[in-house]
Amino acid sequence: MSTNKKYWKSVEELNENSSIVETLQQNEFVEAIPTDEFLGDKETLESSSTSRRDFLKYVGFSTAAASLAACEGPVVKSIPYVVQPKEIVPGVANYYATTIANGYDFASVLVKTREGRPIKIENNKLAKTNGHANARVNASILGLYDSLRVQGPMKGDATISWGAFVKDTKQILSDAADKDIVFLTQTFASPSTSKLVGEFTEKYGNVRHVSYDAVSESTALDAFQAKYGKRALANYDFSKAMTIVSVGADFLGDWQGGGFDAAYANKRIPDNGKMSRHIQFESNMSLTGANADKRVPVKPSEQRLALAKLYSYVTGNSVSGNLPENLDKAVRAAASELKKAGSNGVVVSGIQDVNAQTVVLELNEALSSKAFDTTTTIHTKQGNDKAVMQLVADMKAGKVGALVMVGVNPMYTLPNASDFAEGLKKTKSIAFSMKQDETAIHCDYIAAAPHYLESWGDVEMKTGHYALMQPTIRPLFDTKQFQEVLLAWTDNGTDYNDYIKATWTESILNGASYNQALHDGVFVAASTSTIEASTTDSEAVEIPNGNAARALAASAKSSGMELAIYTKTGMGDGQQANNPWLQEFPDPITRTSWDNYLTISKVDADAAGLINENVANGGLNGSKVDVTVNGVTVKDVPVLIQPGQAKGAVGLSLGYGRTLGLKPEMQTGVNAYPLYQNFNAVQEVSISKASGMHEFACVQLHNTLMGRGDIIKETTLEVFNTKDKKYWNAIPEVSLNHIETPVTSPDVDLWDSFDRSIGHHFNLSIDLNACTGCGACVIACHAENNVPVVGKSEMRRSRDMHWLRIDRYYSSEDSFSEDLEKKENISGLGSSLSEFGEMENPNENPQVVFQPVMCQHCNHAPCETVCPVAATAHGRQGQNHMAYNRCVGTRYCANNCPYKVRRFNWFLYSQNDEFDYFMNDDLGRMVLNPDVTVRSRGVMEKCSFCIQKTQKTILDAKRDGREVKDGEFQTACSAACGNGAMVFGDVNDKESQVAELKEDDRMYHLLEYVGTKPNVFYHTKVRNTKA
Amino acid sequence: MKHVIYRNLTSSILRLGFILLLTFSTTVLAQEGDPANGKSLFNAQCAACHKLDKKMTGPALRNVEARLYEDEGLDREWLNSWIRNSAALIKSGDAYANKIWNEYNQTAMNAFPLLSDQDISDILAYTAQPKPEPPKPPVLVSGEGGQTGDSTSNSIILGALALLFGLLAMALVLVNRTLKRFADAKGVQVPETEKRTPIWKAFVQNQFLVLVTSIVLLLASGYFVYGYLMQVGIDQGYEPVQPIHYSHRIHAGDNKIDCKYCHSSARVSKHSGIPSLNVCMNCHKSIGEVAPETLAEGQEYGVDYNAEIQKLYKAVGWDADNQKYTGDTSPVKWIRIHNLPDFAYFNHSQHVSVAGLECQTCHGPVEEMEIMYQHAPLTMGWCINCHRETNVKVKDNAYYTKIHEQLSKKYGVEQLTAAQMGGLECGKCHY
Repeated sequence: MSTNKKYWKSVEELNENSSIVETLQQNEFVEAIPTDEFLGDKETLESSSTSRRDFLKYVGFSTAAASLAACEGPVVKSIPYVVQPKEIVPGVANYYATTIANGYDFASVLVKTREGRPIKIENNKLAKTNGHANARVNASILGLYDSLRVQGPMKGDATISWGAFVKDTKQILSDAADKDIVFLTQTFASPSTSKLVGEFTEKYGNVRHVSYDAVSESTALDAFQAKYGKRALANYDFSKAMTIVSVGADFLGDWQGGGFDAAYANKRIPDNGKMSRHIQFESNMSLTGANADKRVPVKPSEQRLALAKLYSYVTGNSVSGNLPENLDKAVRAAASELKKAGSNGVVVSGIQDVNAQTVVLELNEALSSKAFDTTTTIHTKQGNDKAVMQLVADMKAGKVGALVMVGVNPMYTLPNASDFAEGLKKTKSIAFSMKQDETAIHCDYIAAAPHYLESWGDVEMKTGHYALMQPTIRPLFDTKQFQEVLLAWTDNGTDYNDYIKATWTESILNGASYNQALHDGVFVAASTSTIEASTTDSEAVEIPNGNAARALAASAKSSGMELAIYTKTGMGDGQQANNPWLQEFPDPITRTSWDNYLTISKVDADAAGLINENVANGGLNGSKVDVTVNGVTVKDVPVLIQPGQAKGAVGLSLGYGRTLGLKPEMQTGVNAYPLYQNFNAVQEVSISKASGMHEFACVQLHNTLMGRGDIIKETTLEVFNTKDKKYWNAIPEVSLNHIETPVTSPDVDLWDSFDRSIGHHFNLSIDLNACTGCGACVIACHAENNVPVVGKSEMRRSRDMHWLRIDRYYSSEDSFSEDLEKKENISGLGSSLSEFGEMENPNENPQVVFQPVMCQHCNHAPCETVCPVAATAHGRQGQNHMAYNRCVGTRYCANNCPYKVRRFNWFLYSQNDEFDYFMNDDLGRMVLNPDVTVRSRGVMEKCSFCIQKTQKTILDAKRDGREVKDGEFQTACSAACGNGAMVFGDVNDKESQVAELKEDDRMYHLLEYVGTKPNVFYHTKVRNTKA
Repeated sequence: MKHVIYRNLTSSILRLGFILLLTFSTTVLAQEGDPANGKSLFNAQCAACHKLDKKMTGPALRNVEARLYEDEGLDREWLNSWIRNSAALIKSGDAYANKIWNEYNQTAMNAFPLLSDQDISDILAYTAQPKPEPPKPPVLVSGEGGQTGDSTSNSIILGALALLFGLLAMALVLVNRTLKRFADAKGVQVPETEKRTPIWKAFVQNQFLVLVTSIVLLLASGYFVYGYLMQVGIDQGYEPVQPIHYSHRIHAGDNKIDCKYCHSSARVSKHSGIPSLNVCMNCHKSIGEVAPETLAEGQEYGVDYNAEIQKLYKAVGWDADNQKYTGDTSPVKWIRIHNLPDFAYFNHSQHVSVAGLECQTCHGPVEEMEIMYQHAPLTMGWCINCHRETNVKVKDNAYYTKIHEQLSKKYGVEQLTAAQMGGLECGKCHY
């Protein structure tokens, strides 16, 4: 018998007339579910005739079709040459020596080409000058394959032929007979170009050549010219300096053309207990300051006085003015060290002031510094600010008939770009440009310029130090270089190559072989320079001799906040802004990519209510400010709180905020050039907080070392010289049966060691003393290993793909040793809670260290044991192999890696419109290394110790039937390192340099106590600090 | 039989007489040459620039002596001096010599001072031979004839057999009927066989048997499905039609051209390289047509080799009539046969130059392939097997001296295999 018991689902059912109950009997929900809203546009849904069943049919069909199609391999075509050039063998790389001279970077490089395509830039070891490619030069190869290049000459928006171009422009030039013809060019420093311009001037008469550097060194040139009668820059050889005092000069960065780091690093490695001592006075935290033994944060106005005082303390001349007490003490100390060093000392300064630069020249003369060279001068900066200003004025006055611009972008880089724009309307203008950039777009004609890898050229970098530029590929587009057009304009039938050859044979080579010079890429002439500084009609600035310091001191006045404009290691002056490698390159100091920002000290930030914070996904956010200089405001500049930033001063880098000639993804940051008024890098500034927060792509969340001496070992020169290795580089010990045993002992190892004494055993040595953090290795690794670019938002999620990163750590006390001491003394819960918290914050003026970290290729690798599919395994030669095709993407290995060097491909980064960088267009993919797999989505990747390079070296030796010589084994990073910080080789070859370095007392392994037995080892950083 | 012998005898007598006649006549006429010797001399000395019936670097030479005599009135004397030193003859201002020299782009003919009068007359005798008729394609006729013969005999046998079986069956039916009739007549009752359950019904009813069978069937189908899936993406035997029919059989087999003559980059590079067309032209500049026998062979494969050579000329832009390049090229889009996936690194020079392997080890009997096909499966297992079995060639290679000594001691072997040398490590091929 069934019961009649009724169950009520809700009170509503008690009401018999409830419509809800009735509806619920039919439907699951009372109201219709708004499927249309979340499925998409209602109209399109209704208009679509696809039912759910149809949809399933389609899915089924396409799945079946796709799997059927997958069974058949694609037809691959191979198209050989009709006539194969004899120097090209498919699969074998050719190297050509050439030179980059883009007006900002000058370097002699080797270009690796495969099947006729340049794929990588390497250092030219034969070069005595600038043979070390920095990060930008390494990345410059991508500029060749830039899909936004101008592909042929243009008149306005229309493409024309070169014939028409030359005809039209000749007409313009002859029409300008009663006015001036002006060449506004980058610094060429090219003997042949100077000669050509001379011939052009002879023909047309009314020609003016104005050199323009976007980031000016004009004051240093003026000062040198006034003192030595030659418009050039003094050369400094830091390998001859034991005491270096720098006042605001970022000489490891781009100061006076850069390229000083290799010589500097040379003396930073303790040799017989000696190394150089480096004192840095600066306002922004620069690469140079980070490497200094003693760094004094000084705001720009005080730097002037500090330099003047330094002069007075060294030379004994009195200079009025008073420095704050502690600064005065530091300057006195520096002066006394300099005096003690005598000719082994050197002073450099980056203050953009003729007096300051004169003081530096006088100081170095007073010291008779060995590092200071006024005969072999530097020619790679020739820009003349006054001439540029005069030109803008002349243009506005309508005095210029024709303006030819080469390698410059004044509409972007000039602070008074609006004046320039006004003048541009009153003249006929021709721009030689690779891009339709901010300037070219306003010009009457755009002459499509070739990349330097498609051009001929020559450079005299220093007096008597010549370099040749040769094409490494046929021009990709219908381009002509400026010099070729000059030849056409002067009705000279020779081509530029022959012209250079003639010039060189005539006046440079002095009987030496041109072909040899072309092969080497460089030539050092016994005789002196052939070019005089080209036609610069600026009158020498008069400087009262000896009074410069007094004048400098008098000029040192300040009211309020000061802005120090600088350039970043990655972006420089901004001409390579469309280069995704450089955009994604994390700044060595801030570790932030895809941005520029206002660096500000913690104290000033707190006062202005500006904050930096890490949000839940780990990304860094910062406040925004409006920055005003002389009535010019740059809005919404993100703020980054920078440890070590001088109080009362802020920093902002140039090179960002470009808008034309680059992909939308690359239009990052703000343009600081409008603030770079009168070419002065120091400006008085007012800052007001703007609303909103900026999202940074910063790859390092934690800034301090927290006293973890097992990551970075650091000691002072004094301790290094006097104490035992055990004291400053102790091997960690663990307890075995209550006996302290070093972790290197096999007794405490969980693993059985393999015998690695047979065959090659690769090791990489990294000397923390020689590493300046320049980042050339990072870009070289990108180029060699087809590392993808992931873009800003992915970087922010810590999904960067860099196989090699350069960690930067700050100290939270004054120095790392004090950190260590503090950590040791922490005891008890209360103390650890508060003091560890304190240690997370970097010091106001911290010590800084850089540490390149890549896969450590552990002999006892934690990643290998956890891989469920054995995709990562160890080779006998010490390399930790990664078989991408075997990897299923569990990411266990990355989680088990103590060094966090494994990178996961979250997406497919090539041929994917979501990642519109170089790998997304046919042209950009030409840079890929054909010997390295392009990884796909869902696999783990990491540094391979450039196994493709080691294998090639071995094969070459096998084919020749010989043993491998020391120095032949290289990785991309070790080959790119011009400072000698990275040495790669075979430790089983007992004669090799790396085997010797492994036995060095300073050698240690990263996180040695983990017992991973890495094949990468570091050398303890020794700092030459004094109490 | 005897008849045949007689015929042979008569023909040899006739030939002897002919030869005698010739020997006597030579004393009267100019020296008579031996065309056979002439042919070998011609091929050795002249064929680089001359053909019999076609212009090449130099003019066609069929009946050259007769033509010169008839058209220009030039005798053997002139020919001798031209062949031995044409430059001198041109210099001497000889009209016809200069005419020829200018006609052929002033290309000087090599001097052959070492050729004796007899040699020259041998060569001229060879050139004086009448042009042979192109051989009638014999293949089709004889082939078809043979085939029909075979098939008729087969069908006759089969027909006879069928007839025999038919007769037998008929006999059986007749015997059966007769026996039945006997039985009927004698009143013998043939017992009705009991109706049995059909075998398939019994099978279905036996569940155990069904289970076992289905398991067996499943396993078998699994085996075949696995086999099928495992060969997906393995293109062993892949033999695509190429834009130009290139016969490795003729080049590597018949002509014994070394593989690395054309695939030269295999010695130094990871790629063996498809030869660029200028390599083809090293020989084909003078080989515009194949021999008639070869042409006939081509018909077996349904290909006209001469037409294929013309395709090459078109691609490389060679004007065979004027013997010069037009500059109008159209690169050949070959279809790639051996495709390794991008994640596998393979280096030819390692295997060819260092290990000294024969190309045939991996590529199979290329010298027999009319059309190139993929011989090896090119799977990882195949690579690994070879690395396990092959000894490293360490002799006379200073690179291996030390490592071989140490490793062979460690493993206690005389000869190290590639695997023991580290040839099985993932990273050696995957990076």
